[in-house]
Amino acid sequence: MTQEHTLEATSQALSPSARERAALLARMHQEAQAADLGLAQSFGLSADEFALLCERLGERLPNFAELGVVSVMWSEHCSYKSSRLHLRRLPTTGPQVVQGPGENAGAVAIGDGYCAVFKMESHNHPSFIEPFQGAATGVGGILRDVFTMGARPVASLNSLRLGAPDHPKTAHLLKGVVAGIAHYGNCMGVPTVGGELRFGACFNGNNLVNAFTVGIAKSEGLFFGKAEGVGNDVLYVGSRTGRDGIHGATMASASFSDESEAKLPTVQVGDPFIEKLLLEACLEIFAADVLEGVQDMGAAGLTSSSVEMAARAGNGLDLDLDRIPRRAAGLTPYELLLSESQERMLMVAKPGCAERVIEICEKWDLDVAVVGRVTETGRFICRATPGFDPYRDQAPHEGAESKVVVDLPVDLLTDAAPVYDRPQTPRAPSAESTQAIDFADYGWEHFAADLREQPARANLCSRRWVYEHFDHIVGVGTVAGPGESDAAIVRVLPEREEGAGGPEKHLALAVDCNERFVRIHPRQGAAMSVAECARNIVCAGAKPLGMTDCLNFGNPQVPEVMWEIAQAIDGMGEASRALDVPVVSGNVSLYNETDGESIFPTPSVAVVGVLENPEKRLFIAPTAVGQLLVELGVPSNGSLSGSEWLAARNRLEEARTLDFDLQAEVRLQQLIARANAEGRISAAHDISEGGLWQAALEMLLAAGLGGELTGTAADAEACAREWFSEAPSRVVIAIDSEQVAHLAAMAAESGLACTAIGRTLASETLSLTTPAGSTSVNLRQLAEAREQTLHALTGSHLI
Amino acid sequence: MRVAVIRYPGSNADFDAFQALRALGMRPSFVFHKSPELAPCDAIVIPGGFSYGDYLRPGSIARFSPISAAVIEAAQRGVPTLGICNGFQILTELGLLPGALAPNEGSRFVCRDIWLRTETSGAFTGTDMVGKALRLPIAHANGRYVAEPETLRRLQGEGQVAFRYVAAPLPQGDASGAQREATGDARRGTLARSAAAQAPALAQSIAPPNPNGSIDDIAGIYDAKRRVLGLMPHPERASESVLGNRSGAALFESLGRLLSGETR
Repeated sequence: MTQEHTLEATSQALSPSARERAALLARMHQEAQAADLGLAQSFGLSADEFALLCERLGERLPNFAELGVVSVMWSEHCSYKSSRLHLRRLPTTGPQVVQGPGENAGAVAIGDGYCAVFKMESHNHPSFIEPFQGAATGVGGILRDVFTMGARPVASLNSLRLGAPDHPKTAHLLKGVVAGIAHYGNCMGVPTVGGELRFGACFNGNNLVNAFTVGIAKSEGLFFGKAEGVGNDVLYVGSRTGRDGIHGATMASASFSDESEAKLPTVQVGDPFIEKLLLEACLEIFAADVLEGVQDMGAAGLTSSSVEMAARAGNGLDLDLDRIPRRAAGLTPYELLLSESQERMLMVAKPGCAERVIEICEKWDLDVAVVGRVTETGRFICRATPGFDPYRDQAPHEGAESKVVVDLPVDLLTDAAPVYDRPQTPRAPSAESTQAIDFADYGWEHFAADLREQPARANLCSRRWVYEHFDHIVGVGTVAGPGESDAAIVRVLPEREEGAGGPEKHLALAVDCNERFVRIHPRQGAAMSVAECARNIVCAGAKPLGMTDCLNFGNPQVPEVMWEIAQAIDGMGEASRALDVPVVSGNVSLYNETDGESIFPTPSVAVVGVLENPEKRLFIAPTAVGQLLVELGVPSNGSLSGSEWLAARNRLEEARTLDFDLQAEVRLQQLIARANAEGRISAAHDISEGGLWQAALEMLLAAGLGGELTGTAADAEACAREWFSEAPSRVVIAIDSEQVAHLAAMAAESGLACTAIGRTLASETLSLTTPAGSTSVNLRQLAEAREQTLHALTGSHLI
Repeated sequence: MRVAVIRYPGSNADFDAFQALRALGMRPSFVFHKSPELAPCDAIVIPGGFSYGDYLRPGSIARFSPISAAVIEAAQRGVPTLGICNGFQILTELGLLPGALAPNEGSRFVCRDIWLRTETSGAFTGTDMVGKALRLPIAHANGRYVAEPETLRRLQGEGQVAFRYVAAPLPQGDASGAQREATGDARRGTLARSAAAQAPALAQSIAPPNPNGSIDDIAGIYDAKRRVLGLMPHPERASESVLGNRSGAALFESLGRLLSGETR
């Protein structure tokens, strides 16, 4: 017998389980070995960061598993190391703030002892690699962030950015992202009531998927991610752990290259059915008053949830990894700690209450296990038995002993994480910013064609194809759904099962960002986004209370990008202060670039407001024939910078710059609120993408009415500037004609303009009369064209 | 009037049904699917949602929940039973209604308002509703009703087709429809919704009336005794004026009249 034959015979004699145990033993042994700089760099740590880590650990190098833990906790995604210094400048306080940044979500008071709990999060990188699951798990993650706080989610929004409409990947990504959001949100029974979608070539290689959810809770009954009470049991609840999403947080902190699509295994796979059970079980557990703290396992999974909970309470945690429920064989401590399997929660039970938690989980058919306890050591300690695989084996084999596989100080992972003040350089002005637009060949007929064609462009067309994918009415609360009002309005019944019904609350929700304006002037553009979002709330008849943000930027190690980040944060802060909408939660997504090409800076903001009197809600549709359409606000200087009209000519900006007066914006919002309170406004729609023409058109289409508009411009250029400029701080309102004099007086008092631009008619046409010419468009044809755009883009039929 | 609202794992319009019934003065209560019995009740609602995550086939696993045997028993005894959306799918899987709900013709989830005509009277459709059009929302991905030709003939012949999808009744191509809508009760100050939702928005009238490709435009069917109703649209989400549409309340009000007539 040759040596080869002998080996074969031996291995055949070994049972499969013994072979697997040996393999697991070998991998766990490998993970216990000291790591070096090369490995640290492959995990995304810099040489300086590795040196800092070794210094903090004293006499030893981290092992492989520990390095994994440190690298995700120090990743941009978890540590905010490039943005943290700047985020501190945002206003986060106010009498309405119940919970500011730092928890799973923020909260503002909405009266009667209730609060709105909300946050927005990005899932940009996963959604580009695998759009359906990437977007779906983004929704799952933000829902968990909200119900972790003890709140029942009541509505979601999303903010999407995709590449140019004609880019070969755009249709595939759009379809996948929309279907993924629908898949998760619909199954959860949380209505997706609004959002925004914009296309731009800067997103060709890096789309943005930002998901927002708001929930409702008693202000006194919020839950926090704190591991309080030394000796308390730590419980794992929800889906079992698999290998999906390992090192997702690190991926979210790196730039894309051609190899990114090879990172498929780092995209998580969601199961909204399990999350629905998890939601109901959690709310039942919260009501039973058996928890000290709770946190969902999001980015960096078990690691970040346990470390952050320990850090917030100033305690340590001791985890027994052998007890983690799992759905794959041969998982190592590194994999268990770094997996981003979805639909999982970590809970710390009050003394003697673990049994009750387990009972409720079993009612909802969820996996649950006591996996550790709170300690006073301030250390994050994980144990596991080498070679023991609970997935296959009932118990460790004889002689095997549990060993410490990770032992790290909690503060090293959180407070001691590096913070960078990265260098900044203002972006040099572009050549086109000093050039006038050439209108030499632009005649009336071109302008008249633009009136018909621009509203059907991908950035301005009907969003029906998108929002019909979403259940926007589940929960019997949708008072204003997609496209009906500048902000979604949701009726909320906090006491869902009381016989009498309890109080009713009405929330207004909006999400906004015009990344073109931010690219042109980061500080002003970011302030304009906050202003527009708050204006949308006011145009729905509600009062803005607070905001959350999702700061999507390129590579912070590029000084121009770092400058954009800092400037945008300052702009947001200014507008947030002026409009009294403190930032209560948020998320930062950096490294949104592909092969060195950064996206336009996109600090998305979502504002939550309250509508005290539902009778005062406003829609965009005029409510009667013969109502006047009035432009209210700051007179436009006609700049076409950042407009869709200019983008259609492959250009971003022009010599005539956009002005933005924050104080005038405040006065405008106050004016609208006052006029609405006095019952003077029948409908309102803010002027944003597409300009005055788009705003008036959308109002009439929503009402099923025609109209006549009158302009003052004397030539085609002036007409384009009058009807297509996207200059800020303007609103179109519909009013009964007897209100016009009073409104003009109110506007004058506020130093704002009030200009009648037309009226509603019982017809199917919209006419425009100007000194330069007259035209009229058939609204039915235009509506059909606006419906067709996204169907054509996605290759789907009108159904 | 005690109405049992069954809660399967993944039901998500359970509260919608609960709230609509409560707002209409009935006494709803939730029944968890693990309960093997149904406490005495005057009617049953199987709400919409994604029971068991729609795994295998929508509604198919719900059949094995302990409560389902009790639901079958009660429905066969004549307790009025309403299955909405996923509830309709479950009723077909329980064998209480014939046919099945297949994936929509467009192969995707669709949420929008559609128009229906009430075809027959029964436990949830009073004689006053018959022949009239009503606007209700749909929100489903598997709503295409299919049945064997023989079953279909029986449904048609026995008057078991409860609702059919129809074209929006307005406008007539001239301005009068729009004008009527816009100057009607949609004025501010009432809790009716804006003109937008009252008038069939232009975009909506572009879409075909049958949103999922159901055979014979069927949106809902009754059992032979017309006491068990399954339908894809959501009447419970259109039963309060604050939501801009209360045409769905007619179904629950019909039930209320039936029950009060029976107990009197």
